[in-house]
Amino acid sequence: MQIKEEAAASHTLAVMVDNEPGILARIAGLFTARGYNIQSLTVSEITADKAVSRVTIVTSASEHVMEQIIAQLERLVPVHKVVDLTVHGDHVERELAMVKVRGSGDHRIEALRLAEVYRARVVDATTTSFVFEVTGGSAKIDKFIELMGEVGLIEVARTGIVAIARGNAAI
Amino acid sequence: MTSEKSGADILIDALCDLGVEVVFGYPGGAVLPIYDAMFRSGRIRHVLVRHEQAATHAAEGYARSTGKPGVVLVTSGPGATNAVTGITDALMDSIPMVVLTGQVPTQLIGTDAFQEADTVGITRHCSKHNYLVKDPARLGDVIHEAFHIATSGRPGPVVVDIPKNVQIATARYTKPGPIKHKTYRPQVKADPHAIEQVVDMLAAAERPVFYVGGGVINSGPAASQLLRELARITGAPVTATLMGLGAFPSSSDQFLGMLGMHGTYEANWAMNQADLIIAFGARFDDRVTGRLDAFSPNSRKVHIDIDRSSINKTVRIDLPVVADVGHALEDMVRVWKARQHPRPDLADWWRRIAGWRAADSLGFPENGTEIMPQRAIRSLHAATAHLSPIITTEVGQHQMWAAQYFGFEAPNKWLTSGGLGTMGYGLPAAIGAQMGNPRALVIDIAGEASIQMNIQELATASQYRLPIKVFILNNEYMGMVRQWQELTYESRYAESYSDSLPDFVKLAEAYGWKGIRIEGPDQLEQGIADMLAHDGPVMVDCMVAKLANCFPMIPSGAAHTDMILQANEVSGTMDDEAKALV
Repeated sequence: MQIKEEAAASHTLAVMVDNEPGILARIAGLFTARGYNIQSLTVSEITADKAVSRVTIVTSASEHVMEQIIAQLERLVPVHKVVDLTVHGDHVERELAMVKVRGSGDHRIEALRLAEVYRARVVDATTTSFVFEVTGGSAKIDKFIELMGEVGLIEVARTGIVAIARGNAAI
Repeated sequence: MTSEKSGADILIDALCDLGVEVVFGYPGGAVLPIYDAMFRSGRIRHVLVRHEQAATHAAEGYARSTGKPGVVLVTSGPGATNAVTGITDALMDSIPMVVLTGQVPTQLIGTDAFQEADTVGITRHCSKHNYLVKDPARLGDVIHEAFHIATSGRPGPVVVDIPKNVQIATARYTKPGPIKHKTYRPQVKADPHAIEQVVDMLAAAERPVFYVGGGVINSGPAASQLLRELARITGAPVTATLMGLGAFPSSSDQFLGMLGMHGTYEANWAMNQADLIIAFGARFDDRVTGRLDAFSPNSRKVHIDIDRSSINKTVRIDLPVVADVGHALEDMVRVWKARQHPRPDLADWWRRIAGWRAADSLGFPENGTEIMPQRAIRSLHAATAHLSPIITTEVGQHQMWAAQYFGFEAPNKWLTSGGLGTMGYGLPAAIGAQMGNPRALVIDIAGEASIQMNIQELATASQYRLPIKVFILNNEYMGMVRQWQELTYESRYAESYSDSLPDFVKLAEAYGWKGIRIEGPDQLEQGIADMLAHDGPVMVDCMVAKLANCFPMIPSGAAHTDMILQANEVSGTMDDEAKALV
């Protein structure tokens, strides 16, 4: 017998939550307990009083499971609101990465040249290394990291995706 | 300004303000301050169980039979982990319950201290919500909020973990006003437009079925009355889930019996052939639907549920209605009457149902030499129906026979572990039900295997002089396991024989109960009469046919139309797809 899996599409969710202890574990645990996947999850406080956090989750699921994911998230007591940005309309997604490369000679020069093409900034440098900061969509960052692999990549840190809807209205 | 008091005293004050009369619990190091505060206050009755799991089931039994939340108090570590099964059980069956757990003092949290467990971590996904209270000034508000969350919306268990130093530190407590939660606002009233649509669909339906679940009972007794009224004015047939039994009187001509895996032939065929299904507080559980792609293929489906995540979870719904089912029923009855709809002519539909009923799917063979378990339940029902008893069960064949053969006329009389299927539920649940209903006849219909999972609670019933009756259908097997082994594994009975059984009569006597053994059909009625005549707890060991099985049955992965009605239809094997299903 083979175990079948449903076809899935990627969705980006914005989840507003009360900033209370354990909320992240509650959300992450919900995904594991119900067999949903998480491709990316970021969280940060977004109000001046630090009472509300915005969690951005990238998940992939069938339409039917997606509806369940949203309903299950909304059922969590500390959740204010869940918006599926992918369905909501056009939105912007960004991610920030810091990429450390080590090398000398031509590799150093090539790394700097590629960084310029990708609008990556140098945020730390030694005579044998650079740390680049690069922002953009995940595909761009993937490509930048791939290229850095050829010029001395030794370490990567990524934030995961944050996203916001286009236009003049708040969600 | 009120003076400061200890966290433990605040907790007791808050519980009293919330109207808590009884707490089921077990003391231990991390809750000693609370036990002392409770002892000093004298305002709350405490029932000392013999194992924390039993405290949770007793609280469930109390809640389910009274409509009030059940309250549990246990210590940290093993106290809390032992409660986890009952917390999960209450989550699955939507039972309002508040579980208070002691915790090691805050400065020791995370150090692997003696009797430390990460209670909020462990219970995060088996509770509706949970709290770790680190500040005694927050404790009162948290307790009030916990009760609000446990009892409103879709009810469920809420865990409040209270470190020992928070129980001793002092703060002020004032009773809070009505709770307006920042984020938690269950939708109680349905969209009026949706109600109009349901009424339209119902008026136009030729083959409607009301599919009724535990939500109707959770909504309160008024919901059951409204359901009866709606059924009366529309003439629609009604079927109920395991959790919904009692929401509609089983004696009604309009009642088709329970549906699903061990449901009646007429209920399952009616679901399959319906053109409109209205689900009232039911969740399309796999035990109800059978094979999903064959579930009620030609019907439009309306789902009324207070929990939006229950809608479209497994079965696609044509019209979702998010609301408390009692409010939705009230609106439907009002709109139906306001429009002066005549009672629809469902004569053709009822003729077809009569055809399925003629299959007599609850018929069973009898030989006169041994007691058929179905007969035992029927006799028990006949002898007690006039007393309107509260029935609890354990889990297994006896539970299904009780559901099939014991007719329920009213809500809050049938307490069983449906979602989680917890063996050992029935005896402690009976204790809780008897605490909440001191004058009621409370009977735990049990199996000889399940009853042993919380057998220690015989002592609890003795201590509080609770006249509970335990009626064991003893077939010397974990019967449902054996039945599945017959269906699936060619009767290879791997570990399903109940070997080395105790003498239940002597065991009962050892705990101060009366013990009765019923060994043959000629002793059945007298044995039941003797049980009822005794003013105190009684355990009846009723020896039944060892190899009787529970039919009708929809095997795993089969459709409603593929029911097995009798044992001779069992082939003994299944393909891997079916074997892999639960």
